[in-house]
Amino acid sequence: MSILSEAQAKAILTKVVGFSKADECTAQLTGSIRGNVRFARNDVSTAGITDNIELSVQVAYGKRVGIATINQFDDAALERVVRRAEELAKLAPENPEFMPAVEKQTYTATPTYSATTAGITADYRAKVAIDSIAPCRAEKLIAAGYLEDQAGFVAFMNSKGNYGYQTGTSADYTCTVRTEDGRGSGWVGHNVQDVATFNAGEDIRVAMRKASASAEAKALEPGKYTVILEPAAAAGLIQFMFFYFDARSADEGRSFLSKKGGGNKLGEQVFGPQVNFFADPAYPGAAVYPWDEEGLPRRKMPIVENGKLVNMEYSRYWSQKQGKPAMAQPGNLIMTGGTKSTADLVRTTERGILVSRTWYIRMVDPQTVLLTGLTRDGTFYIENGQIKYPIKNFRFNESPVIMLNNVEELGKPVRVKGDEADAPMVVPPMKLRDFTFTSLSDAV
Amino acid sequence: MHRRDFLAFGTMGVGGLILPSMFGKVIAAEELSSAIDVAVKKSLADAAMNAAKSAGATYCDVRVGRYLRQFVITRERNVENIVNTESTGVGIRVIAGGAWGFAATNEMTKEAVAKAATQAVAIAKANAPTQSAPVQLAPVKGAGEVNWRTPIVKNSMTVPIKDKVDLLMGVNAAAMDAGADFIRSILFLVNEQKYFASTDGSYIDQDVHRIWAPMEVTAVDKATGKFRVREGLSAPMGLGFEYLDGAASGKTVLPNGVTVYGNSYDMKEDAIAAAKQARAKIKAPSVKPGKYDLVLDPSHTWLTIHESVGHPLELDRVLGYEANYAGTSFATMDKLKANFQYGSDKVNIVADKTQPGSLGAVAFDDEGVKTKKWDLIRNGKLVGYQAIRDQAHIEGKSESDGCCYADSWSNVQFQRMANVSLEPGKAKQSVADMISNVEDGIYIIGDGSFSIDQQRYNAQFGGQLFYEIKQGKITQQIEDVAYQIRTPEFWNGCAGVCDASDYRLGGSFFDGKGQPAQVSAVSHGSSTARFNGINVINTARSLG
Repeated sequence: MSILSEAQAKAILTKVVGFSKADECTAQLTGSIRGNVRFARNDVSTAGITDNIELSVQVAYGKRVGIATINQFDDAALERVVRRAEELAKLAPENPEFMPAVEKQTYTATPTYSATTAGITADYRAKVAIDSIAPCRAEKLIAAGYLEDQAGFVAFMNSKGNYGYQTGTSADYTCTVRTEDGRGSGWVGHNVQDVATFNAGEDIRVAMRKASASAEAKALEPGKYTVILEPAAAAGLIQFMFFYFDARSADEGRSFLSKKGGGNKLGEQVFGPQVNFFADPAYPGAAVYPWDEEGLPRRKMPIVENGKLVNMEYSRYWSQKQGKPAMAQPGNLIMTGGTKSTADLVRTTERGILVSRTWYIRMVDPQTVLLTGLTRDGTFYIENGQIKYPIKNFRFNESPVIMLNNVEELGKPVRVKGDEADAPMVVPPMKLRDFTFTSLSDAV
Repeated sequence: MHRRDFLAFGTMGVGGLILPSMFGKVIAAEELSSAIDVAVKKSLADAAMNAAKSAGATYCDVRVGRYLRQFVITRERNVENIVNTESTGVGIRVIAGGAWGFAATNEMTKEAVAKAATQAVAIAKANAPTQSAPVQLAPVKGAGEVNWRTPIVKNSMTVPIKDKVDLLMGVNAAAMDAGADFIRSILFLVNEQKYFASTDGSYIDQDVHRIWAPMEVTAVDKATGKFRVREGLSAPMGLGFEYLDGAASGKTVLPNGVTVYGNSYDMKEDAIAAAKQARAKIKAPSVKPGKYDLVLDPSHTWLTIHESVGHPLELDRVLGYEANYAGTSFATMDKLKANFQYGSDKVNIVADKTQPGSLGAVAFDDEGVKTKKWDLIRNGKLVGYQAIRDQAHIEGKSESDGCCYADSWSNVQFQRMANVSLEPGKAKQSVADMISNVEDGIYIIGDGSFSIDQQRYNAQFGGQLFYEIKQGKITQQIEDVAYQIRTPEFWNGCAGVCDASDYRLGGSFFDGKGQPAQVSAVSHGSSTARFNGINVINTARSLG
């Protein structure tokens, strides 16, 4: 049983904290049941289920910290894990940047749980696979995809009286559809907290259409183009940039948010005036737990307002050192936009390139967040408001900072998941000028 | 895909409680020297196999795994985190109704593993109706009861924490004294205690050890706002703590005075060099883009081999099993049949799961197949792929290549890259000899930025250190270099490989593939090699 009720969790945590003789103690329980089905070549390749539950105990003597974990929950085991953490703490060197456990906090519950998602069975997963595969078989297309669902909980308590418990669910579906001759490829992704809003049989049609439409691609010269990035394509670049929003790195002079001569760019106009980002733990459809990794309560927080940087990520240590109020690290990232669909953006584009998806994005130069990566699974040439023909994929070398200074128009934001992290993002399709493609790729 | 986990680790758990669950539960250091009794593992395996057979499985394998990892993470003069993790449990894979099923449990009782085995059979049966053809396994002869251990000299898990902390603090102090503004240095130590049993009659107990000591040294120029990072030039290895002894026999001084490392690493010496070179990078002139002849050090080439040869020659990618995640491959089956000219006749590339000191070395893979060495590219021609038991028949082979791996008991095993390496040139040739013949070139040391498309055609690579070569002489350090390739043109541009005296390993500790995503560790060896007429771009930009 990997998902404990609140009463069960609280009983265990109370005992654990009670056993501790250290200066302070924090105990955390995490448990989950994860199911998956994977298919390729129009057949199921693997399917499985894993459940696991774990108790972590962190104690501190002064600035010496020890961490130990266990997955047994009888009283003797609970006491043993506390003693083990205490022994480790006594052996550990002092951490001059140690931060004491947080005081008692108030958390507002967020809508992270769906009974429908938690109720997924092996048969449900098998049906998702067949709903994806069967239409592809019928149209001589080849599907490869994956569904992973999970239900879990987090509960924690510390010796200063802080406590939290909440359950959560998520499901992530992706499918790549290719033509039999390998000349066309399409993709669809759907990341949800509640699978009631998910239908593989509908989603698969998006990937199938793109697979068929992307065959017979023509080569365009690399160079600077107006592009429309679909939300999944934009998410990859944006997510990568936010890995580098740490205030300390900026203050230390080693970030794109460092200011020449010292300090950081907080309060400065970093992006174009259309650009707005915020985090909100209760955002409908993209909610996250109402606390961060250190137990600070997450609140709705602006990050970029009209292109101006209004909040950066401060660790508790760095905020104290810089005399800033401690703020929780965001758990999601919401970018605002307009009301237009990707198709609407295409209709108002004289000449440009539609990018369905970006791939294998990596940092080239952290000084400017210059990223490289490729387009894939449906790249099209647009002329006079219409998709004219599919084009070969490009490699790009572009900085999201420069990209978000070249915004022409933003469409309606949707929930997406980046390739590199699980944090939910809500990102609009975007029309951008002067996006830099540096070479062609023969890959389909 | 070579994942960016280094960054993720670099920032994890600083004073926080959340640990990466992929690495299991945290344990005390003294438990890192112990192991589960082999008789207990056998009884759990037998309980699982019996339950699976009773439930209708035609094949079952059981992996009883205890995965130990230790991380020591430091920056400048602070130890940020010391984490010991253990993850123990049982993964059961079955074939029932011609389909695969998998279930895993962390409960180490006969009842729990029997229940998981039954669950795995139920999953297989749920998926069987969608299957167009039953799973077909290449035959494997049962190995009986056998065991194997990585041939280490010093078990990293039993070296006292204090010695590890002292080592890294010494490294960091040396870098700071040499002019670095920041340094992050890390020890990653891994011990996989893996027990494999199958209904083919194998009971294989293996004890696998790996070590990695990466660092990032940063220099900042406040006046100009420029900063540069020089990463360490070590390689992750399948060795014990002896890798960090800094033995003279492991050092090579290159023609430009840069020291690189083979089977032994002097971390402090490299940190001092990194501090000076990071500072020099800030002032180095920016490259003029264009076509150049590249001379690539093994500390760099490993990643190019990994991305442009290792991955495209994985049979599961060729066939489309990875189409939705890691991608497919340009090196399709028709190209194998035609012995496609992958590279010039100087290019000989082998896959090897037995190479001593490599990250991938084991005696048996994770489906009980004895490991081996085999050809992928011979005299530039494509001659082989990497395949496991349920794929061998598709390539027309009667046996698996023995390259199946799972990163945990809780994940299902699948085809992973073997160590894939460029053989040294047969004729005697030193690095200095090679450089003396280059008219207009760039010499690249260390791996940097990397990205490649989903079929492995178009790739872009950076590096750590770049030097201009003019008329056979190294003239100056340069910056902002990345080269873009189309894989077959790049390897066909290979104009020479230095001899075996220059052969060194590089590798990836966290190569990602699969859904759910799994990591694996893999080495790639080469001697310094020359590639003619490669497109180099300038990566400098301005944010205004």
